Amino acid sequence: MRKGLFYGLLFTSPAILGFLLFTLGPMIASLVLSLTDYNVFKAQTSFVGLDNYVRLFGGEDELFYRSLGVTFYFVLLRVPAVILISFAVALLLNMNVRGKSIFRTIIYLPSIVPAVASAMIWMWLLNPDLGLVNSALSAVGLPTSNWLYAENSVVPSVVLTTLWGIGGTVIIFLAGLTGIPKQYYEAIDVDGGGWYSKLRHITIPMVTPTIFFNTIMTIIGSFQVFNEAYILTEGGPNNRSLFYVFYLWRTGFRDTEMGYASALAWVLFLIILFFTYLVFRSSKSWVYYEGGGRS
Amino acid sequence: MKTSQSVQVLGYLALLIVSALFMTPFVWLIRSSLMDLSQIFTMPPEWLPRPFQWGNFKKALTILPFGTYFLNTTIIVMGTLAGTVLTSTIAAFGFSRIQWKGRDLIFGILLSSMMLPAAVTLIPSFLGWQMLGFYDTYYPLIAPAFFGGGMFNIFLLRQFYLTIPRDFDEAAVVDGAGYFTIYFRIILPLSRSAVIVVALFTFLATWNDFMGPLIYLKSDSLFTLALGLQMFQGTYTAQWDLLMAASTAVVLPCVIVFLIGQRYFLEGITLTGLKG
Repeated sequence: MRKGLFYGLLFTSPAILGFLLFTLGPMIASLVLSLTDYNVFKAQTSFVGLDNYVRLFGGEDELFYRSLGVTFYFVLLRVPAVILISFAVALLLNMNVRGKSIFRTIIYLPSIVPAVASAMIWMWLLNPDLGLVNSALSAVGLPTSNWLYAENSVVPSVVLTTLWGIGGTVIIFLAGLTGIPKQYYEAIDVDGGGWYSKLRHITIPMVTPTIFFNTIMTIIGSFQVFNEAYILTEGGPNNRSLFYVFYLWRTGFRDTEMGYASALAWVLFLIILFFTYLVFRSSKSWVYYEGGGRS
Repeated sequence: MKTSQSVQVLGYLALLIVSALFMTPFVWLIRSSLMDLSQIFTMPPEWLPRPFQWGNFKKALTILPFGTYFLNTTIIVMGTLAGTVLTSTIAAFGFSRIQWKGRDLIFGILLSSMMLPAAVTLIPSFLGWQMLGFYDTYYPLIAPAFFGGGMFNIFLLRQFYLTIPRDFDEAAVVDGAGYFTIYFRIILPLSRSAVIVVALFTFLATWNDFMGPLIYLKSDSLFTLALGLQMFQGTYTAQWDLLMAASTAVVLPCVIVFLIGQRYFLEGITLTGLKG
């Protein structure tokens, strides 16, 4: 059509402008800032080269390593948990049973609860003395826990609270499951195979693209956990839940060391990029695309 | 056949248990919001409030100016919704219904920004708004919505627009229609459900946003519900009756909006997930 380029740019200009103003611009600015000692309360800002990065990795900043460790631990626990449980729940929701849509609503509903409210509910559920979880555990004779208040249980507890909100991931899995052609299962019926061989030879290979998508999104999201740290634990006890972005926020906004915090941000960016790349690369050997075989 | 039937029964049982687990926090929330403190602290826990303490809501919602917070949140949500719906539909149109050189390349670059952690742009964006004198105003929270309304929404709408047959546009062009007419008269009416999805997601994301208001707002009088609730928690740490009542009040609008728009939600997630 005539003047396609002009109109194309005109229509997309808000988005392009938004990208330049709110993504690319700030990205470059943050890289530059990370090479300075910018601090709101310091009269002068000077260029310090890679000093911030040296300070990060030089071992001087113990909290950096702590926050890195805590966050990796969180990601390592949360990503498999989210993927496995979401997939299992989606399998259940994909059964042909009465009340299917009600179950689906129940599973999805928690994911729309505001983070602050969800945090508050879980704080109360996991209250060591009066919470429901410990009462239920002791009622059936199981050991109780201090959950969010003990150094070695705080990260798993935060993982637990976030599992309440997996509804979105479940629904994406469900969409992947409903997309599998029925004939494939019928073939297994003919061969006399049961539900296990269906799961093993059809369902799992056919949803690998969905597993791939959900894994990437969950990794990216988990590395950026913030609200839970801010509201539930404030990084405690003894910095055992000092999640990376929480530490970044504290450094940049509470301690106003914005130059240093920008370096923190870039390190996080590179970490996320690296892991996303790893998953992308590995996908060649386990993600199955219909029509293209493994690609 | 026997094993497949028992698998069904076991599956159904598992579904019931999982659903019960997912519902429990809601039940716990509501039951706590309607009890007085002494019953809340009874061990083992009781489920039915005796008597129902409806006064908890009144007390919780008047200790802090939740009315103001509600109004503030609504203002931010409305502004963000207007910006997002307007500009994301226009941009998605440009990325799907107009042929131009470099279109898919630019779209790809913009899409890749979804991978970027918000933390990277956080500090410079904050400094930028502060330099412009907009710290402690709603501008930093609303204005970005008028620049495309987020790549996620543009992506979702574009996926939808691509499913609309080209013939419609071509017929309109023969009739002498320009791109604006096609956008407004053909694409927008045909994509009503996708626009609703975008609006619903935007509503929830804005209503639930915590970090944005936390960073850009300083004055109590400008606070949103999420911030107000967090402040409430800091002050009334052990007042679980009031905390749960306030939480219920914050959660309720989300639940209502979700239940009304449920059908569109599930469609929308499917649309992004499948093509993702």
